Amino acid sequence: MSDKPRKFKGGVHPNDSKALSATKPIQDAPLLETYKVIMHQNIGAPPELVVSKGDVVKKGELLAKATGFVSVPLHAPTSGTIKAIDKCPGPTGMAVPAIEITADGEDVWGSPFEPIADWTNTDPAELKQRVWDAGVVGMGGAGFPMHVKLSPPEGKKIDTLILNGAECEPYLTADHRLMLEQAEEVALGAAIVARILGLETAVIGVEDNKPDAIKMLEEVAGKYNVRVQGLPVNYPQGAEKQLIYAITGREVPIGKLPMDVSCVVQNVASAVAVADAVVKGLPSIERITTVTGKPVVNPGNWRFRIGTPIEKALELVGGVNEQPAKLLLGGPMMGIAQNSLGVTVMKNTSGILLIATDEVSLYTSEPCIRCGRCVEVCPMSILPATISQAVENKRFDWAEELNVLACIECGSCSYVCPSHRPLNQHFKRGKIEIQAQLRKKK
Amino acid sequence: MSETETTIQMPDPTRLVVSNSPHIREGQSINKIMFTVVLAMLPACLAGIWFFGMAALNVLLLCTVSCVVIEEGWNKLMKRASTWKDGSAILTGILLGMNLNAGVPWWVCILGGILAIILGKQLFGGLGYNPFNPALVARVGLLIGLPEIMTTWNSTRAMGADVITTATPLGMAPGASEVKDMLIGNTGGCLGETSAVALLIGGAILIAFKLIKWQVPLAFIGSVFVITGIAHWINPSVYHSPVAHVLSGGLLLGAFFMATDMVTSPMTKKGAIIFGLGCGIMTSLIRLWGSYPEGVSFSILFMNALTPLIDRVTINKPFGFESPAKEEME
Repeated sequence: MSDKPRKFKGGVHPNDSKALSATKPIQDAPLLETYKVIMHQNIGAPPELVVSKGDVVKKGELLAKATGFVSVPLHAPTSGTIKAIDKCPGPTGMAVPAIEITADGEDVWGSPFEPIADWTNTDPAELKQRVWDAGVVGMGGAGFPMHVKLSPPEGKKIDTLILNGAECEPYLTADHRLMLEQAEEVALGAAIVARILGLETAVIGVEDNKPDAIKMLEEVAGKYNVRVQGLPVNYPQGAEKQLIYAITGREVPIGKLPMDVSCVVQNVASAVAVADAVVKGLPSIERITTVTGKPVVNPGNWRFRIGTPIEKALELVGGVNEQPAKLLLGGPMMGIAQNSLGVTVMKNTSGILLIATDEVSLYTSEPCIRCGRCVEVCPMSILPATISQAVENKRFDWAEELNVLACIECGSCSYVCPSHRPLNQHFKRGKIEIQAQLRKKK
Repeated sequence: MSETETTIQMPDPTRLVVSNSPHIREGQSINKIMFTVVLAMLPACLAGIWFFGMAALNVLLLCTVSCVVIEEGWNKLMKRASTWKDGSAILTGILLGMNLNAGVPWWVCILGGILAIILGKQLFGGLGYNPFNPALVARVGLLIGLPEIMTTWNSTRAMGADVITTATPLGMAPGASEVKDMLIGNTGGCLGETSAVALLIGGAILIAFKLIKWQVPLAFIGSVFVITGIAHWINPSVYHSPVAHVLSGGLLLGAFFMATDMVTSPMTKKGAIIFGLGCGIMTSLIRLWGSYPEGVSFSILFMNALTPLIDRVTINKPFGFESPAKEEME
């Protein structure tokens, strides 16, 4: 019953390396002695602490409350004592505030809310409030508060809900395993989100390289009135704008949001978090993360509590066979490189990836030979080569004219560049400079 | 009995590299591209050596060596890092050799190397910044400065020992050259331009490895075929047949190996078509009504000059682009 998906222009086909972990069932990580929960896990305002040093908390209890509409609360990953409100290495390399909890080993539940079993007859506003209270954010990477996406401003009508199960980043298999093992929860979450948005149905988009997941989802799709859409394998198929185009044929205008073309996109893991929050009354304190890479002894998919240090995650997979060149949070195309094992798992940590030394080389950037490969692969159809030169020459006005702000930072251009130019880096810089100038004007 | 503890090896965080995404690369490099192009030029070079003898090999070698030596000498003089390993000087050298008659004096090769590397490339800032194809800058420079040397053509070995020089097919009367000779390369001309079959094999290699935009040779050759075809149809006694036009006079060499130079041709596919058509129209005009029998080099250089403009008018519509006028209306 699936319509033919549209193919977006451009894209690349890196070796997906998913075989390392694709067949490994999700395992629950054992309870740790200490968790360091990073305070600010969402886009928007950081939450405000409601506990202090020495407090005893139960699993699921509120640690920090939302401080505005674009902000979400944070909950305790286990029961124990607040040991310190301290700093911990953050994913961007800077130390960030974190709550350190010494676990009591009992893991006693103290969830702040009740399950809503009869969600089909519950007021959508109440369901949305629950999603907010449970601290659900976009778990695909950005960490955008879920309830904000579910609150389109007056005048914006939503007609399509898309669940993102593309998982187009190489190496990552967390969403794949989730759809395979918890297909019903994914569909249930989709149905709940659809109800909040006042929609009858939802579409789950999955890349065709996961036929087993598509099959599992199709088996439960009818029950929850959702549709499963296979998608061509082409990075970055899972990018929001490319996904919307593939499924609806609509182009999100530059600088606008999916809601401007009447769409809402949610990651499949976020949908499961919604289902858990509503039907089971669980706050968002867990996430499934792929721990993988060639240097990893035993790659796999793990259900971690938030606040789990990377070091502990790596111990669970047996450590490494060789010193890796890079440690990434996320996938190899868009992940963030780390220099510490002290960073902890957050709600949006989709992968912990180790890159072997033979997979990377230290490149010297050479002059652009105008081969046009970047132009060909750019999913946004902008001119990476020219924009990069504009930024290099500090011609930010020119970069803006060439639509650098449309760049989604997928990295496809840098991936193919024979001159190894840091194109993606130039665009990030260009965007920051342009946005700074815009703020000054205001 | 003591408990055996397996020690787990953990990454040493002090040895982790931190850099911007993406963290994996396709593995393509300038050097690989240049040497694949050199590989694609080999069939035509071998054909040249076969028909014109060791003189052709000498010209090719001397041009290549001079380009590399001049490039490195310039780098030394300018206190820059060595660049010959990127393969671009080697490529320019071979291309220059292919654009010369096998019988040119040795110093013409060196002069050509100086023109190509210094005037054609380094004065503009080196690889990637040159607006004109360096090998063509050299060829045209030599053609204007040394017209006699540059328009004397060695005969091929098949023509017999008593014939020392000959004319190119386009320099003869229409219909005087056999199509078979033009296909295999048994005609007068630059040592790398005569064998159509060898050039087509090279072109196929370039397209298969996606090193050129196929739109350029298609538009270039196609437009020459159509325009010269019309002229030939109107007056076959004055104008050569379109087949002769396509198979000779360096059109295939130009269309596959010179007009497609990445640095000096447009980046978009749309631009590539305009560029190819422009080259084809210019070549036809020069050949049919100009004072030179062959116009490939001039037309490519002319279109090289237009490349920045073509790039400017063929910018793709970005995904999700709305024209400002439309936004205001809303």
